[in-house]
Amino acid sequence: MNFPVLSIITFTPMVAAVLILLMPAQRRNESRAVALMAATFALILSIWVYFSYDQAAAGYQFVEKYNWLPALGISLHFGVDGMSAPLVLLTGVVMFTGVLISWGDEDPHVKAGIQDRPREFFAFLFILASGVFGVFVSLDLFMLFFFYEIAVFPMYLLIAIWGWVVTREYAAMKLTLYLFVGSVVSLVGALVMYWMQYKNTGILSFDMLVMENAGFSQAFQNAWFLPVFFGFAVLGGIWPFHNWSPDGHVAAPTAVSMFHAGVLMKLGAFAALRVGIMLLPEGARHWSWLIMTFAAVAVVYGAYIAFVQTDMKYMIGFSSVSHMGLVMLGLSTLNSTGLTGAGVQMFSHGVMTALFFAVTGMIYDRAHTRMIPELGGMMKIMPFAGVGFIIGGLVSMGMPGFSGFVAEFPIFMGVWREQWLVAVIASISIVITAAYIMMNIRKVFFSELPEKLTGHVGDITVLDKVAIVTLCVLMIGIGLFPSLMVPMVQTGVENIIRLLGGA
Amino acid sequence: MISSTMFASILPEILILVLAILIFIVEPFWKDEKRRNVGWLTAGGLLAAMILSFIFGQPGEPTATLGGMVRFDWLGFFFKMLFMFAGAATALLFMDNEKIGRRGEAYLLLLASLLGMNLMAASADLVMLYLAIETTSIPLYILSGFMLTDGKSTEAGFKYLLFGAMSSAIMLYGFSLVFGFTGTTSLYQLAGMLNAGSLSLTAAFGILALILVGLGFKVSIVPFHFWAPDVYEGAPTPISGFLSTASKAAGFAVLVRLFFVAFPGYAASWTLVLAILSAVTMTVGNLLTLQQTNIKRLLAYSSIAHAGYALIGVVALTQLGAASVIFYLAAYIATNLLAFGIVMAFSRVTGLEEIKDYAGLSRRSPWLGLMMLAAFLSLAGMPPFGGFVAKVFVFAAGVQAGYVWLVIVGIINSIIGVYYYLNVLKFVYLYRMPNEDEENHPVPLTRPYVIALAVLALGVILIGTVFAPWFGWSDAAALNLF
Repeated sequence: MNFPVLSIITFTPMVAAVLILLMPAQRRNESRAVALMAATFALILSIWVYFSYDQAAAGYQFVEKYNWLPALGISLHFGVDGMSAPLVLLTGVVMFTGVLISWGDEDPHVKAGIQDRPREFFAFLFILASGVFGVFVSLDLFMLFFFYEIAVFPMYLLIAIWGWVVTREYAAMKLTLYLFVGSVVSLVGALVMYWMQYKNTGILSFDMLVMENAGFSQAFQNAWFLPVFFGFAVLGGIWPFHNWSPDGHVAAPTAVSMFHAGVLMKLGAFAALRVGIMLLPEGARHWSWLIMTFAAVAVVYGAYIAFVQTDMKYMIGFSSVSHMGLVMLGLSTLNSTGLTGAGVQMFSHGVMTALFFAVTGMIYDRAHTRMIPELGGMMKIMPFAGVGFIIGGLVSMGMPGFSGFVAEFPIFMGVWREQWLVAVIASISIVITAAYIMMNIRKVFFSELPEKLTGHVGDITVLDKVAIVTLCVLMIGIGLFPSLMVPMVQTGVENIIRLLGGA
Repeated sequence: MISSTMFASILPEILILVLAILIFIVEPFWKDEKRRNVGWLTAGGLLAAMILSFIFGQPGEPTATLGGMVRFDWLGFFFKMLFMFAGAATALLFMDNEKIGRRGEAYLLLLASLLGMNLMAASADLVMLYLAIETTSIPLYILSGFMLTDGKSTEAGFKYLLFGAMSSAIMLYGFSLVFGFTGTTSLYQLAGMLNAGSLSLTAAFGILALILVGLGFKVSIVPFHFWAPDVYEGAPTPISGFLSTASKAAGFAVLVRLFFVAFPGYAASWTLVLAILSAVTMTVGNLLTLQQTNIKRLLAYSSIAHAGYALIGVVALTQLGAASVIFYLAAYIATNLLAFGIVMAFSRVTGLEEIKDYAGLSRRSPWLGLMMLAAFLSLAGMPPFGGFVAKVFVFAAGVQAGYVWLVIVGIINSIIGVYYYLNVLKFVYLYRMPNEDEENHPVPLTRPYVIALAVLALGVILIGTVFAPWFGWSDAAALNLF
């Protein structure tokens, strides 16, 4: 067996979390430094995985398999394909930038970033990161659930302890219960699949590569696709189960919002794809109209609700619902164009929304308000953040030359092939998105600096700038050179199409 | 005729007895301020007994020994190990308890009850079984009412005694009917006789109901749960921990053996009854937990709910079902002892037991806060702690046996569980003390607590991550039932 790179990526944050917890609480900068080192290490490894993935060979690569509980067919089976490799990279990037912007500024006048108990913050954040990596690389259904739950519970603490005082308790509990309900509903479905496989084939295994060939009947797939898919899709923010998401985004501290919108929502969409669509393809075909309908509603409704928000974080939160709706729309097409778009959109939206939340957090930490009408003139004070936000906005609108275009265009093409009317309706969202993004940029960054904010609002730190540059480079890079990502995602999509019966 | 198998089959019990006699001899000679060290002796002795039994007392093929009174198999052995582990942890938790730490008789009573539990897990005959249950219960009655000057404690002891005596009398009546109808008291002969059809379905159902009253009391399933919250609250906390873990597991050991071995022929009638009891137990336990403000009562009611989850595995009536119950109990023992241990450590310093008193604990003592996080998340069924895997296995067994509705009830209940367990953690991690001066109110831990809590926390994490060996043992134990 080769170098076990995927398990190292997965367990690096976990080990780092334990190390950080073992450090004395007063060593604040040291615990931050350990966090940054671990994040950098994981990022480098995930970049390495991404670029050494052999696209010609396709399939699952860097595979590791350890029998964990052979009696029940549970194994620690890791591997990435064209669909999950970009998401592993995304997690690495968001983790790295999340640590950077949480470092903050100890100056009592500024107090940006995480200043209350940073040791515990990074430890919980890294446990979350381990869970996320684990889900993206797991090829074993049991382990997928194991890591999925690990990714869910630290959110409660991260939001409840370090979140926005006004809504944090409510939002944290709401989010946790929503996600937990979703995951246990899927779990029942997964257990039923497990025993049905045993009945059909006599094999006891949670291995998803084995389960692909379980030969579930059409009726079985139709019955169990919905709980399995929607259980996960709750975390993907699908309408009408999206309600937890904007509240959670708003209440969470900046780095957690980035993780939450940037990575966790992808977790839901990815698990819904891998477990729902790939293991129950006939069920997916049967119900694709329903997903498409819900996703189309989410796309337009999310954008419209975002349009009327006055709180920047709520605006971005609902824009996430809208953009994740596009991912679901891409998944619901079940054709290679739409699925490819969905795969790229997951990455693109992750980076874009992480950037949005990072910039919003930087503004809030310094201006102490996120209300759009109360803000203004930020371009003069923090030009770097302003430019970053504008680039993010262009991605969000789907401008050519940025990653958003590379992602959204194929989604709409794919939807058109299945049902042109849905494509037309969903495309309304592009106009609304452009409207709210531009209005927001005009008011927050270019209008007159309000009297109240004059004087005490300062520029962002160097680490913040590094984070912004990292995220922007990715978005522009993929926009200008789609070949960096699209062919890779296509190799993953081919596998899905094969399971769907080669449409 | 004394054979080595016979000796090996009761080796743990012999060692416990030797340990008890040793304490009996040594304790009076120790000065009062040194008496606490009996705890070290008890815990160390139990650990040694575990190791010795593991080396010399491992069962091979299941055999009946001591004239058919005792069954020497993995099922009994695994449970014995669990009980002794729980006993050792409880002895450590006794030590710095003001009321019982320096009273040698408390440790003796603990060992006596442990002896009874071991025999409960191994007994293969109704007479032996009844004796073992009483040997377990009587010391626990005394221990619950150990603090004579404390009204709540005496109430707890008396209540436990009355409920226990009543339900064990009903169970004994059930046993006598079994003997009357079949002419045998051996569990293993019983199965054959019952299959031959010597018992009508109605009579079997009645007998099972009577026996279920006694066992239902031990494992505190609804509607035989009324004693639990009051006793857990009133009894000295280490005893509550022991009652809610080892004593409950002992009840399950009997339940599993009795239902799987002696009455499988009547499965159709009792699995449905047990399934309904399981659903009711989970739901009632969880709904009552929601309103609790006292941490011991919260753990008491939630332990009722956990009995309900574990019952799902019994209902399944498969090897996986039995293995998942045993695994569940192992995870649950470690987790709940950890939770009670933290409650003890906290109230020893502060004297407080309300949930709201835990505000700011994570700042007062970060490590205690983290351990509480581990214990409560494990109870809520979150990885990487034992509770998650245990729940998934139980649910898997339920689905396999076709009880999807029961699993769905279980899942709804675990969602309720997540809610109230997280509510406690909210106090620990989010809320602060009234004056926000947590650094002036540390919660120091004494050495026995540190050792016990660290071992238990490690156990909770190990069961939840490296679950193959634990499941292997549970599975080997379950295999003996078929």
